Amino acid sequence: MTAYDVIIVGAGHAGCEAAAAAARRGARTALVTLCADDPGTLSCNPAVGGIGKGHLVTEIDALGGIMGRVTDAARLQSRMLNRSKGPAVHGPRTQVDRKLYRAAMAATLADLPALSIVTASVQALMLDQQQICGVDTSQGRLTAPAVVLTTGTFLGGMMHIGSSREAGGRVGGAASDLGSALRALGLPVSRLKTGTPARLDGRSIDWSALEWQYGDSDDPRFSHFGTANYRPPLPCAITRTNAATHEIIREHLGESALYGGHINSVGPRYCPSIEDKVMRFGDRDGHQIFLEPEGYDDLTIYPNGLSTSLPLHVQEKFIASIKGLERARILRAGYAIEYDHVDPRALSAALAAKDMPGLFLAGQINGTTGYEEAAAQGLVAGANAAALALGLPDLLVDRTQAYIGVMIDDLTTHGVAEPYRMFTSRAEYRLRLRADNADQRLTQIGITAGLIPSDQAAQFVVEQHARAAACALLGSLSATPYELSLHGVDVRQDGQNRSLFDWLRFPAVSHELARRVWPELQIVSDELLTSLAVDASYASYVARQESEVSALRRDEALKLPASLDFAAVAGLSREMIERLGQARPLTLGAASRVPGVTPAALIALLPHTSRRAA
Amino acid sequence: MTHTIAALASGRPPAALAVIRLSGPDAFAAVQALAGRIPPPRRMSLCRLHDPASAVLLDQALVAVFPGPNSASGEDLAELHLHGGPAVVAGVLAALTAQPGVRLAEPGEYTRRAFANGRMDLAQVEGLADLVSAETASQRDQALALAGGALGRLADHWRERCLDVLAEAEAGLDFAEDEEDVAARLDEAARHQLVAMADELAVLIADATRAARIRNGLTITVTGPPNVGKSSLVNALAMRDAAIVTAIAGTTRDAIEVPIDLGGLAAILIDTAGLRDTTDPVEAEGIARARQRASTADLVISVASHDVPGWAAIAEDDPQTLQLLNKADLGTALLPPGAIAVSAVTGDGMGSLRQWLTQWAGSVTRPGEPALLSQARHRAAFVDAELALRDAAQAAEPVLRAESLRSAAYSFGRIAGRVGVDDVLDRIFSRFCIGK
Repeated sequence: MTAYDVIIVGAGHAGCEAAAAAARRGARTALVTLCADDPGTLSCNPAVGGIGKGHLVTEIDALGGIMGRVTDAARLQSRMLNRSKGPAVHGPRTQVDRKLYRAAMAATLADLPALSIVTASVQALMLDQQQICGVDTSQGRLTAPAVVLTTGTFLGGMMHIGSSREAGGRVGGAASDLGSALRALGLPVSRLKTGTPARLDGRSIDWSALEWQYGDSDDPRFSHFGTANYRPPLPCAITRTNAATHEIIREHLGESALYGGHINSVGPRYCPSIEDKVMRFGDRDGHQIFLEPEGYDDLTIYPNGLSTSLPLHVQEKFIASIKGLERARILRAGYAIEYDHVDPRALSAALAAKDMPGLFLAGQINGTTGYEEAAAQGLVAGANAAALALGLPDLLVDRTQAYIGVMIDDLTTHGVAEPYRMFTSRAEYRLRLRADNADQRLTQIGITAGLIPSDQAAQFVVEQHARAAACALLGSLSATPYELSLHGVDVRQDGQNRSLFDWLRFPAVSHELARRVWPELQIVSDELLTSLAVDASYASYVARQESEVSALRRDEALKLPASLDFAAVAGLSREMIERLGQARPLTLGAASRVPGVTPAALIALLPHTSRRAA
Repeated sequence: MTHTIAALASGRPPAALAVIRLSGPDAFAAVQALAGRIPPPRRMSLCRLHDPASAVLLDQALVAVFPGPNSASGEDLAELHLHGGPAVVAGVLAALTAQPGVRLAEPGEYTRRAFANGRMDLAQVEGLADLVSAETASQRDQALALAGGALGRLADHWRERCLDVLAEAEAGLDFAEDEEDVAARLDEAARHQLVAMADELAVLIADATRAARIRNGLTITVTGPPNVGKSSLVNALAMRDAAIVTAIAGTTRDAIEVPIDLGGLAAILIDTAGLRDTTDPVEAEGIARARQRASTADLVISVASHDVPGWAAIAEDDPQTLQLLNKADLGTALLPPGAIAVSAVTGDGMGSLRQWLTQWAGSVTRPGEPALLSQARHRAAFVDAELALRDAAQAAEPVLRAESLRSAAYSFGRIAGRVGVDDVLDRIFSRFCIGK
C-alpha cells in the first residue's frame, strides 16, 4: 500500500494536466494509467486548438498548464483561425506530430518531482465513512484523500463498426468498468457517443490532384515557454465528398451502427458522422475533407470530416469515390464509440463531487468532447484535488474570467444533452476573453495558487510592468486630427484632441504610422501594442458590460449550502424545487443561470445564502 | 459600476398618489437634474420636477432623499411622491431613466440590493418572495394581455428574427473554418437586412407615440398674432370661460391649458400669448413659451381675422396646422382654401370646427387599433433593439456585429422570455452542416 496526496486515474489530456497541476501545488501525486505509453496519446485527430478551443489552450498555459507547451514542441503546422473576424475570436490551431507530442508530454511529466506514474488498472474506489480514501488497482492499493477520475471514453467504452462491436476505450485499449462503481456511489451515469474516421496510407493518395493548405507564415505558438519545434512546417491537403459518395452512403445506411439501430445514445451535432451529414444536409453537393498528416516520420493520414460507423467494406467504397482517394488504402477502419459519463450537475465549480468528498471528475467523463476541454477541466480538478489534500484554497474561475469558467459553469448548472464542445458563442463576455490576453486574466490567479513555474512567474511580472508603462505612455501621448493630417493621415477633422490609446481605435491610425508619429513608442513591443490596440477598440463595449460583470460577481459571492433542501425553502414553487434540485447550485449566481429559474425563486433563496469568506 | 434603478413603488396609476423610488449611486444626481436641487436628507420637500431635456414641468412633487448606507436599500435612495396620473408617472420615469446610469428596476431588484447591503433580515426577505412573484406574474400577464396578446406575439416575432440573424453571425465566428459556405451566407444576409429591420422597428416605435397620445391626451395649441380672438376661441371650444378675454392686445401671457373632449378622446387645448415683437420681458417669455408649445403640439390651430390678417409660420417642421379665420361675422374675404371660418362670439362655424377636430383626433389616434408599445419598459426594449441593429449594420468587424445582435435579441428576450445560448446553437445546427 502506497500513500499519496492525490491520485489521478487515467493519463489522457485531462489526466496529464490534472497530474501536473496537483504536483505543481506540491501534492505527492500518482498518475495511474493502463499503459505506460498513454500520456500524451491523441486518440482522434492530430491537432490541438481551434476557435474557442484555442482560447482554452492559451488559458491553460496562462495557468501554468502543459498542453500549450507540449503542442508547440510537436507542431507540424500552425494557423490562426478567424483572422478576419476580429481579435476576440482569433483561434490558434496547430497540427501536431503524434510521436513528438507523446515524447514532449512524457518529458514534461518527468520534470515534475512530486509526480509518480503508476502502470496499473484501477478496479475500485476505496471509501472510508462515505469519503474517498484511495483506489484498488491491479498492482495493489494506493491511498490518498483526493482522487481525480479522468477515464475518457474508457468508462464502459463500446466501439461500433457496422453491426460488429467490441468493448474498449479506443482501438487496442481495454474498457474500464469503474462506471458500475460510480453508479453504486449514487452518481447519475448515462451514455454518450462519438466517432472517428478511418486512417489512410499516405502513399496511396494521389496528392497531385489535391489542393494544399499551408500553415501561417508567422507560425503562431500557444506558449511563450518551452521549446518550440524547429522543424519546417508540413502542409495538409483538401478534398471533398461528391454526389457519388453520398449515394453510396445512402445505399448502405442500414448497415451503419448509428442508423442500423445499434447506437441509441446522443452524439455531438457539431462533429457529425458522414452518415449524419448526408442524411441531415442531403441537398449539399459535397462536404470538405481535410487530409492531415500524423507525423514527420509517419505515413498515416487522418481524413478529417469522414467520421463514420459504417462497415469496413462500405468505408472502402465511399472513400474510393472521393477525388485523390481513388486508390487510398485504409490502415484502420473508422468507428463510433459509446461510453459512460456522469451528469456534471453532480459536481461543484471545483469539479468535486458534491456528495462524495474527495472525488473529482474531469474530461469526457463529464460529458465534454475534445482534448482542450478535457485538459482545461483536468487542470482545475487537479489543482482542487491538491487543495483538498493539502488544505489550500480552491482554484475557482468564473464566467467573466475565462472560457474555462464558462465551460465549468455550463456543465455544472445546465448539465449536458450532447457532448459539450467549447464555442465562442457560449461566452457572454466574449470581448474580454481573448486568446491574446489570457495571461492578463489568469496568470496572477495561477501565481496565487502556486501553479505557475518560476520562469513563467518572473516573466509575467516583467510583462506586467511593461504593459503598465505602455498603458501610461499611450494615455499620455496625444494628437489632434490636424496634427495627424500633417503626417498624411486621413481622419475626420473634428478638432478633438485624443490620446494615442483612443486613436488606436481608428483604422486609419496603423501601428506603423503611430511609431512614426510618436518615436517614444519604441519601448513598446509589437505584440504588446497590438494587444493594447485591441483593448482600445473594444473598450466601449467592455465598459457597457461592466455592471453585468459586477452583478455576476456579487451573486457568485453569495453561497448556498451543498446540503440545502430546496423542498424546505419557503416560497419555492414545485417547478422551481425540481429545477433547482436537479442542478443543485452552490451560489446564488449559479442558481440564477439554471434554466427557467425566476427572480422570485432567487429572492426565496436569499435567506439561505452566506457570504463567501474573502 | 452599479446602475441606479428606478421604479414605481406604489400601485398602478391612476391613483391619488404615486411613489417612484430611485436607488443607487446616481440617484441624487438624477433628483438634482429633475428638481434642480437635492433636498435635505430624510425630510419631505416640495419640488417642481422638470424634464431636463425639454424643460417641461412634469409635476409638483414631495421629494425625500435618504443617503446610504442608512436607507432602505443600503444605497443612496430617493422617493418622489407624485400626483398619481399615468402621464405624470410615465413622464417622470422617462425623464429619470434618461439620466446617466439610471435604468428601470427588474422585478425584485430592490429587495436583492437591500439584502446584499445588509438592510433586511431573513424574516423580512422570506415574506417578499410571494410579493415579487406576484409582481413578475402581473408584469408578464400585462405584457401578454396588452392588445389581446399582440405585444407578446410581436416581441416573440422580433426575438425570433434577431435570433435568426444572430445565429448566422455566430456560425460565421465559430464554424467558418469548418465549412466554407458559412461565411458567404453570413455576409450576404447581414447588412441590408439589419438596416431594414431597424427601419421597421423605427416605424413601430413611432407608433408608440400614438399609444402615448391615447393615454395622455392629444395636445392642440392655439396660436396667432395678438387680438385675433384666440382666447375667445378656446373658451368657445371648452364651453366655459377658462381664459381671460379683453380687447387689449397681449392679454394672454402664459400658456393656459384647458381639457376638452373630442368624441370620447381626451385633448388638451393650449391658449398661448399672441405672437408679436415686444419689448415687455414678461410678454416675450410668454411668446417664447407659445412657440415652444406649438412646436411640440399634435395640432396647431393658427388663427387670423379680417382685421389682423396673415397666418404666422411657427417653424420649418411644423406639426399639423389648421388655418382658422376668426371673427367671420365681421368679414370672410381673406379665407384661403382649406381654412375654416368661425365666429367665436356668435358661434357660427363652431359646429364644423368641432366636427373637424373630432375627425382629426380619430385619424391620428386610430382608437379602434391597439397601440402596442404604451409601456415605458416595452418601448425601451424596442428602442434599444433598434439602436443595436443599427450598430450591428455598421460594425467594423464580425465579432462586434455579433455583439450588437446579441444585445438586440436580449432586448426582446426581456419581454418575450430569456434568450439562451442554446437557442442560438439550435438554430446554427439546424441550418448549417457544421463540423469536420
